[in-house]
Amino acid sequence: MSTTSLNVVLKGRRSQPHQLIEVLQDIQDLYGYIPADAMKTVAQELGVPLIEVYRVACFYKAFSLKPRGEHVITVCTGTACHVRGSTLLLDQIQGQLRIQPGHTTDDGLFTLECVNCVGACALGPIIAHNGMYEHHMTPGKLRKIIGDVYVTKKEESRHG
Amino acid sequence: MVKIKNPRDLETLRVKIQRERKKIHSTIIMCGGTGCQASQSLAVIDAVKNQIDRQGLQKNVHVRATGCHGFCEQGPIMVIEPENLFYCHVSAKDAQEIVSKTLLKGEIIERFLYVDPVTGKKIRTEAEIPFYKNQDRQLLAYSKLVDPKSIDDYIATGGYEALAKTLMGIAPEDVIEEVRASGLRGRGGGGFPTGRKWFECWEAPGDEKYVICNADEGDPGAYMDRCLLEANPHLVIEGMMIGAWAVGARQGYIYVRHEYPLAVRHARYAIHQMREYGLLGDNILGSSFSFDIEVARGGGAFVCGESTALMASIEGKVGEPRPKDIHTVKEGLWDKPTVLNNVETWANVPSIMLKGSKWFASKGTKGSKGTKIFALTGQVKNTGLVEVAMGTTLNEIVFTIGGGSKTGKAVKAVQTGGPSGGCLPVGKFDLPVDFDALTKAGSMMGSGGMVVMDEGTCMVDVAKYFLTFLQDESCGKCVPCRLGVDRMLEIVTDITEGNGRPEHIGLLEELAETVREGSLCALGKTAPNPVLSTLHYFFDEYVAHVEKKRCPAGVCKSLISYTIDPEKCEGCGICIRACPHNAVKGEKEKTHIINLLECRKCGICIAECKFDAIMVG
Repeated sequence: MSTTSLNVVLKGRRSQPHQLIEVLQDIQDLYGYIPADAMKTVAQELGVPLIEVYRVACFYKAFSLKPRGEHVITVCTGTACHVRGSTLLLDQIQGQLRIQPGHTTDDGLFTLECVNCVGACALGPIIAHNGMYEHHMTPGKLRKIIGDVYVTKKEESRHG
Repeated sequence: MVKIKNPRDLETLRVKIQRERKKIHSTIIMCGGTGCQASQSLAVIDAVKNQIDRQGLQKNVHVRATGCHGFCEQGPIMVIEPENLFYCHVSAKDAQEIVSKTLLKGEIIERFLYVDPVTGKKIRTEAEIPFYKNQDRQLLAYSKLVDPKSIDDYIATGGYEALAKTLMGIAPEDVIEEVRASGLRGRGGGGFPTGRKWFECWEAPGDEKYVICNADEGDPGAYMDRCLLEANPHLVIEGMMIGAWAVGARQGYIYVRHEYPLAVRHARYAIHQMREYGLLGDNILGSSFSFDIEVARGGGAFVCGESTALMASIEGKVGEPRPKDIHTVKEGLWDKPTVLNNVETWANVPSIMLKGSKWFASKGTKGSKGTKIFALTGQVKNTGLVEVAMGTTLNEIVFTIGGGSKTGKAVKAVQTGGPSGGCLPVGKFDLPVDFDALTKAGSMMGSGGMVVMDEGTCMVDVAKYFLTFLQDESCGKCVPCRLGVDRMLEIVTDITEGNGRPEHIGLLEELAETVREGSLCALGKTAPNPVLSTLHYFFDEYVAHVEKKRCPAGVCKSLISYTIDPEKCEGCGICIRACPHNAVKGEKEKTHIINLLECRKCGICIAECKFDAIMVG
């Protein structure tokens, strides 16, 4: 964990407890999760008890306390996506990768997450692959997205 | 950078921008909203700009990347003005053809025209498309005229004129009276009269007051606020500034869901541009009014849409609601008097000040004035944002504007109001949509999500869906909501799994009553609505699940099984490859068989089979 980048996040926000959520958002963007050490620094710099930082980090879904996989697949489970079959997408991923929402595959390649709505309801069902929206998703298309990642990975390791 | 120091500077700038714009011959308007971005609209915008440059048309043709036009299903969308030509599903590789044929020669390229799914006819202009034609677009009309990253665009359309008018000669009490007389009610779902809220905050003692824009649009299936804030952040901010002047606030916050990154970026950029022009800060437009604004991102908690939880979240705390015996207009953010309104409510304010309360009140019904934006989604042909006058019937919205069922199966219900609302059956579609009529029918208008459901949707499963959502999102502070929703979910799950007993239904109703009465905030108080409304209107479906152990829509997994129709199966092997559980076996060109022990009834084979050979029974 680099202290320089954490300094950038904290710049202009020190000793301002109300900036806690904003700071954690930036840390989440920076590292893909909230490292324990970062929480300790944030507690000190903002003047918020560590337990409160931990409580906030646990309460909000935006924050993950564990490192996430290289590819984060987020399935939108909003109502509009639900009636257009988002559960099929979840079944596909769970079947193919053998992980539950909120978990990461053992090889650290994939994390499966659910979101309640991304607000692109007209194009549902929607998934986000590392933040990029893919619309009108089907189990078949999803299977290919996941398969392609493994193919690329294999080729990369072959070429060293 | 020029500073706008007084209303005269603003007018001079407006005239200058408008004069420059008159030289432009054609404008290509491209949607760059979240929906169209998902359909790769940014690549199209780049390609079009590139072609314009290459063909030397920069002086005559202007390309405007706007926010959402609301017809997301057709994206990427392009409108060419002044002809009002409407092209849909365009891609980057089409840019050259569009520029050389349509812009240079005036030829219409047929394959990009919109085909009306009802009549099958091609339609040339945006104004003729039934989806747009039958709407009354007041707020959404701006989306096409404004590049959200250009404050000049907003000023050219009359932006900040209402603010200037207000600051120069309308006393706070008179602003409040105008808003009260307009009949504007909170668009976030509560429907509280905005003028009254402002008045209560105005009369609250204290020098330090706040205004907040609630853009924590958590209702799944609703995205009106995202589009408004993304497409026209200045309109929302101008409304907030008028409100701040009225109640005496010097600081404002826009609380946006972090799931809406584009809205966050556009709001922040708008604030940056306003500071550069001097429209935020001390003595705005030379008046005594000083104001600044900040964007706060939400952390992905649905409960933070509730006002007290939202304020706790801005303070950097866990988003738990508090009892509201003292209203937030008296003790809100940091215990100071605070006005919190939803994005759409704020966006309505500038036109009320400019055109007058009478103009606003001329639209709508007796108790609900003005227009309302709805997010029409689900199993309907034309999905997207629909703005209509209050009092428009569900029939008009779902069938005239929405074009009816998308799947060919009959439309069964529409879900309004998100997890706090309910499901209304087709028989109730002649109801006028306003705050009071829908509440009376057992649902609520809510913030404006409308999810259309057809015969393939199981209403017990819908109730289960919302309970799962609410159980997940309950903050856990009060017992009735935390445990009550949990128990209700257990019962409904039992029913969907074939373990339902007749006495369960009475128990559900009893629990619903307790949760409604005993919960601390609106999340819990309205949590039973999806169950109660489905019980009321779709009782037969509950009976079928409980007594006959049958799911009429073929959705509840424990009550159905999958088999392959040998008449239809061509033995193509797609289902064998598609099944993630390896439950389908068979040889090529021979009828395949589903192993019922392995089958998890996920429905993937149904979605993949090209011959409609999988039977659900």
